[in-house]
Amino acid sequence: MAKIESTFFDIGYLDTLSYQQSPIHRLDPRAKLIVTLVFVVAVVSFDRYEISGLLGFFLFPVVMVSLGDLPLGYLLKKLLLVAPFAVFIGIFNPILDRQVMIVMGPLAISGGWVSFISILLRFGLTVTAALILIATSSFAGVCLALERLKVPRSFAVQLLFLYRYLFVLIAETRRLLRARTLRSFDGRGLGIKVVGSLIGHLLLRTLNRGRRIYLAMLCRGFDGEIHTMRRLKMTGWDFIFMFGWILFFIVIRNHNLPQLIGNLLTGVF
Amino acid sequence: MHMADALLSPAVGGAMWVVAGGGITYCAGKIRDDMADSRIPLMGVLAAFVFAAQMINFTIPGTGSSGHLGGGLLLAIILGPHAGFLAMASVLTVQALFFADGGLLALGCNIFNLGFIPCFVVYPYIYQLIIGQTPSRKKMTTAIIVSAVIALQIGALGVVTETVFSGVSSLPFNSFVLLMQPIHLAIGLVEGMVTAGVVSFIVKADPSIILAADRRDDQQQSETSIGKKILLPLLAVAVITAGIFSWFASSNPDGLEWSIYKVTGSEEVEAPEQGIHHSLEKLQEKTALLPDYGFKNDEAAVVPGPENGSGSTVAIGTSVAGLLGGALVLLLMVLLGFILKIKRHSRTE
Amino acid sequence: MSHHIVEVKDLKYSYPDGTPALDGISFLITHGESVAVVGSNGAGKSTLLHHLNGYLTPTSGMVRIGDLPLSKSTVQAVRRSVGMVFQDPDDQLFMPTVADDVAFGPLNLGLPLEEVNDRVDRALTTVGALHLKNRPPYKLSGGEKRSVAIASTLSMSPDILVMDEPSANLDPQARRRLIELLSTFTHTKIIATHDLDMALDLCDRTIILHGGLITADGPTLDIFRDSALLRRSHLEKPLSMQGCPACGSMAVK
Ligand SMILES: Nc1ncnc2c1ncn2[C@@H]1O[C@H](COP(=O)(O)OP(=O)(O)O)[C@@H](O)[C@H]1O
Ligand SMILES: [Mg+2]
Repeated sequence: MAKIESTFFDIGYLDTLSYQQSPIHRLDPRAKLIVTLVFVVAVVSFDRYEISGLLGFFLFPVVMVSLGDLPLGYLLKKLLLVAPFAVFIGIFNPILDRQVMIVMGPLAISGGWVSFISILLRFGLTVTAALILIATSSFAGVCLALERLKVPRSFAVQLLFLYRYLFVLIAETRRLLRARTLRSFDGRGLGIKVVGSLIGHLLLRTLNRGRRIYLAMLCRGFDGEIHTMRRLKMTGWDFIFMFGWILFFIVIRNHNLPQLIGNLLTGVF
Repeated sequence: MHMADALLSPAVGGAMWVVAGGGITYCAGKIRDDMADSRIPLMGVLAAFVFAAQMINFTIPGTGSSGHLGGGLLLAIILGPHAGFLAMASVLTVQALFFADGGLLALGCNIFNLGFIPCFVVYPYIYQLIIGQTPSRKKMTTAIIVSAVIALQIGALGVVTETVFSGVSSLPFNSFVLLMQPIHLAIGLVEGMVTAGVVSFIVKADPSIILAADRRDDQQQSETSIGKKILLPLLAVAVITAGIFSWFASSNPDGLEWSIYKVTGSEEVEAPEQGIHHSLEKLQEKTALLPDYGFKNDEAAVVPGPENGSGSTVAIGTSVAGLLGGALVLLLMVLLGFILKIKRHSRTE
Repeated sequence: MSHHIVEVKDLKYSYPDGTPALDGISFLITHGESVAVVGSNGAGKSTLLHHLNGYLTPTSGMVRIGDLPLSKSTVQAVRRSVGMVFQDPDDQLFMPTVADDVAFGPLNLGLPLEEVNDRVDRALTTVGALHLKNRPPYKLSGGEKRSVAIASTLSMSPDILVMDEPSANLDPQARRRLIELLSTFTHTKIIATHDLDMALDLCDRTIILHGGLITADGPTLDIFRDSALLRRSHLEKPLSMQGCPACGSMAVK
């Protein structure tokens, strides 16, 4: 029950954020989608022991969050919520890979810990990038961008339908679940049999709804094509945004910025 | 059981993206052929349904932990494999975007593990095989439970393989498999039982739903051969793309060689590799196109070597500098964030 | 041109699973008429309405809209002239924004973009929902959804408006506003409902369905005065026609 409430909240909240007005929100969703993808690929392309080289990439989320008026606390909380899987897999690195990699005075750090930290950093960067994309572009915007980037139309339409009826179905599921919770005691009534018919019930309603929607579409002349009115237009700003970031990613992917700064500093001392 | 970006290398992630993209394009084309049919909105609402149904969790008997509906198999049963795959792919896309379940690069892997496998491997080769020509309630239940278990086993194997091939995690193949498969056996059983319960509920309430799906498959008898038609080409594409990607990043120890080395644990692979890496390093240093690539690799390869004493001094030097520089960069960024935020607010007010 | 705009003759329909839903129904509706189709749950109202735009094909009998007898070849044209408003607006508002949704029909008609824009604005203005234009449908209240659903059929410029329980699930104020809105329309209207008060406000004529058969067809007031008929059809007198127990007149249970 907690999960469904928080899911509902998350979708609604991210959706609300995506209707804000900011310089980032006004950019073409295609530009944001492409930049995000390049960002993710650049981040994961580092080798497993990389830490300092990854730090420069934090510039992207920092700029997007501040210029896009996104709530930092919320994003961090989301990050913590989904962290367990990465930790679960990553935690084996320090256990399995114990060879010392960095020695700093009395402190010996094994390669496992270095790669573990690297995994967490990658994780933080890639996850926030996805959340930022959706919070600044809106789901419909991303779908439109996908379609313009030649993703098959029926798939983009699927996504739109899914998103549209998610709200309706989550509300329906909540009602069903509330009824279940009210009538189950000591964990009884939460078993597989009950769940089977509960989900079956939901499925039956969904199938009927699918039929009614189809009817509604037929009534308004649906002939297999879904037309939308929205048009996208890439402006100069979109191109500057896109190529600016991509160039930046390429540079810091190939030149370890913190390392250079550090070398400079340690060279001075 | 979602694959995560943080554990992926671009070669593996990219290859799986190509595979998922190919699957989506192929299925979208298929659906387009019989567009007039009511599956267009149905796919969307059923995808939303899977999403919602996954939030109904239930206690797994005897363990006290909870499971939820998988969805891929159920969608294939109701919609047929093509539409089912598209619907499942859209579920995973939304999860990647909104809940950071996995992430964008890992989306390809997840679509493959949780969509492609149930719809195009398990549905035609396990489910339909067990059901046969004369479906019955009992056969259906068996088919669903067996299919769910197998789908999840293959899916988990997919996660393991993708992780190991990416080489970000240190878990060797064998231990990872031993870790993942038993957990997913339990989950698969429960998932299968729930899916069977759902389907039998539906069949009782309105047999035409599943029957319609069966009839549709009769019409498209070729659907049993979809596995061959789509599976083999896509696998070939996957291997080729992975090959190309890792060739481009061949100095990257994240790549295939590293994990092969790790998995087999054999030293022989390493020796010739060293040579290739070494010359590539030289090349890179000259062109300065990917300087830290070669450098890092050198570091990783040299430092852990116990007999190599000189390696660690290099590591200390670079890492102290790296830490210092990193701290400074982070500090600057926090500052920048504040400044941007303040500037923006003073302008909007 | 026929004087009668909707003709239903001896319409029978059974669902594929064998449930008989309509058992021989005939009526004529002329231009500009407002007709209420009332009946208890399961009486066959929705089934009847689904025949008027060709979603269901009669088991036997005939449906004619304007000059066109409904058949596979005429169904597209018929759907253009019959605007259908569904019971659950969520089924009807499937596009990402209100504007997209209202534009869905006109775009399918292949109209040029300016014309579509124009129609969207006009339809939304008519129902007083122009300010909702760029909102996603899931962020609307029940009443707003209903208005937008009506706008999305109006944008097709239909001759006939067919509505399935339009006042269901609305709060009293939204329901009142809906009734006022509908009373301004000059379309031929067919409204399925068990909200007899609304039928009384909007429709001069009422058809009562019960068990798949027409049990009465005539002026709304006459029909609603016939308590025995209403009781036989499992209906209750509209509140506005029930006596007021507090002021001593006869109460009808
Ligand atoms: N899809 C369906 N399949 C089988 N029977 C149906 C279906 N829809 C409605 N019915 C049955 O047809 C009858 C008329 O239903 P309907 O037209 O929906 O009534 P109303 O709209 O007046 O409440 C009812 O007995 C109902 O159970
Ligand atoms: Mg009805």
